[in-house]
Amino acid sequence: MKIHEYQGKELLRRFDVKVPRGIVARSVAEAEVAAKELGLPVVIKSQIHAGGRGKGGGVKLARKMEDVHSIAKQMIGMNLVTHQTGPEGRTVHTLLVEEGLRIKKEFYLGMLLDRAESKLVFMASAAGGMDIEEVAAKTPEKILKAYIDPAVGMMPFQARQLAFGLGLPAELIGKATKFMLALYRAYVELDASLMEINPFLLTEDGELYALDAKVNFDDNALYRHKEFAELRDLNEEAPLEIEASKFDLNYIKLDGNIACMVNGAGLAMATMDIIKLAGGEPANFLDVGGGASQERVENAFRILLADENVQAVLINIFGGIVRCDMVARGVVEAARNLGVTRPIVVRLEGTNVEEGQRVLRESGLNFIVANGMQDAAAKAVAAAGN
Amino acid sequence: MSVLVDKNTRLIVQGLTGKEGTFHAVQMRDYGTNIVGGVTPGKGGTTHEGFPVFNTVQDAVNETGANASVIYVPPAFAADAIMEAADAGVALIVCITEGIPSLDMVKAYHYIKPRGVRLIGPNCPGVISPGKCKVGIMPARIHLEGRVGVVSRSGTLTYEAVGQLTALGIGQSTCIGIGGDPVIGTTQRDAVELFSNDPDTDAIVMIGEIGGSAEEEAAEYISTHVKKPVVGFICGQTAPPGRRMGHAGAIISGGKGTAAEKMAAMEAAGIHVVKSPADIGAKIKEVIMSRK
Repeated sequence: MKIHEYQGKELLRRFDVKVPRGIVARSVAEAEVAAKELGLPVVIKSQIHAGGRGKGGGVKLARKMEDVHSIAKQMIGMNLVTHQTGPEGRTVHTLLVEEGLRIKKEFYLGMLLDRAESKLVFMASAAGGMDIEEVAAKTPEKILKAYIDPAVGMMPFQARQLAFGLGLPAELIGKATKFMLALYRAYVELDASLMEINPFLLTEDGELYALDAKVNFDDNALYRHKEFAELRDLNEEAPLEIEASKFDLNYIKLDGNIACMVNGAGLAMATMDIIKLAGGEPANFLDVGGGASQERVENAFRILLADENVQAVLINIFGGIVRCDMVARGVVEAARNLGVTRPIVVRLEGTNVEEGQRVLRESGLNFIVANGMQDAAAKAVAAAGN
Repeated sequence: MSVLVDKNTRLIVQGLTGKEGTFHAVQMRDYGTNIVGGVTPGKGGTTHEGFPVFNTVQDAVNETGANASVIYVPPAFAADAIMEAADAGVALIVCITEGIPSLDMVKAYHYIKPRGVRLIGPNCPGVISPGKCKVGIMPARIHLEGRVGVVSRSGTLTYEAVGQLTALGIGQSTCIGIGGDPVIGTTQRDAVELFSNDPDTDAIVMIGEIGGSAEEEAAEYISTHVKKPVVGFICGQTAPPGRRMGHAGAIISGGKGTAAEKMAAMEAAGIHVVKSPADIGAKIKEVIMSRK
């Protein structure tokens, strides 16, 4: 789960991670009030769930009140395109107005799960403020790393090593160590899956700040943080994905015209791949789950068919333990209840597959029965008119 | 022979009395797996579906001499269940549970590591040595006893591949679902090593997906250590970057972990990579025939 910068900073503040004074604004008037309260200059930052906002014109410095007015006016409602949003961009609804700080140097701090080590890794780099992915690709030696032993947590010596490694002067080491340990504590207590402070700022007067904050949460741990539900911003999600999430369906919208409904994430990805290989374009990723019950199939159908680009539906269910005739009856009922008219290619595999196929054929509905994935993909592409 | 599970496996089921645990325990017994008991705290001393129930894994091990455990407990308690099994000295732990918080798994992973136990999963279908022993949730009837080892991060996609092999009359020595999470006990590389050392496995199917670098690590191992032919497939060739594709571990982040990268590394290591998931079985057949 992703949250906005202002929300991340609010959370970090509770763990004594120092962040600039800031006020959220949702209108030009609110931005002006915020700037007055904070005092000029202020930095006005668009709040969207994507990085690269500065380069895209979503972060600007205002030295005068007129600037606050014009920048806020221009930003609210603007379509912000960055290298992470894709060409369609994101609409800006919220601004974070922050005190302007006098920058001496910018660093990078980040924490995430290192899959190869199965440990958290705390990263620090003197190449702050830049695109860290580029730094990692071109000059990986500029990123310092500390792997954290989960039995004891991040130790002060690790933070000290990173702080000295960044070239911070001796009198700031204590402060930086405290900052990093606070960040680690926040990561663990919030069940984060990613935290990035870029830039981690040293000001002219020797203070350290999280000037930006990217905080993602581990979806698997959301059950122990019910309060995070309030942090969700539906403006950042595709409407059909919001609808799917209400039914616990794993749905991701794509740009093609062949909708797919599959049980299991791996098979769902493989189904998208084989559609592409057959010359078509998948309209979505959708995992209906192992059982593929009638209720889930019905909800899935509604979501798939709400996508107007969809010309055909491919259902690929590897039944395994669930019986294919049961799945087939569920699919027929769901299609009938919803009055589905677009062609549906169905590939069933598992126990009682012949009976399942018979149920589909005799339903009187627009089903195309397929044998195997290759056949299913070819039939779906043909049905979609590609 | 086979790897990990066979006729000597003495299995306990953690979470036996729950809905999933009950259903699959009966299915496994029907397949011929030797289930010696189950664990549900508070229900020790009772019998469930004919299986003796114990309060703790330690009790179960003491009483039954269990050497393997399969875990069906809910995500909030699963990491604890893994550690309990390891502490009781169970040599093989198969965790089916999906949705365990990452930080819980990091703890469990490093807790069990020095204890020398093997963990399969979590978020996996389990392990089956066809004709001998099934530990997990996979549909038994699609499998056929034979000499191809299968390792995969996905559940139903594994069934798809196994189904293709069986339809072609090609049996499997052991099929290992290693799980779709970012922190898992046994990696592709580990599974390939098991198959490489198994005298009764002739060829290997390795099914990977986007995210992480486990396939690249396995490919490197294969290029230097494995003489047996390996057929590989990576799903998620059309997955958009930055999105979690169902599995917690299936995400392209920072431009890393793409299918193209993995397929290139696997091809460079001499793995027979197929682009289409429909070609896995046929490719194994071709590879086996060319060796005869």
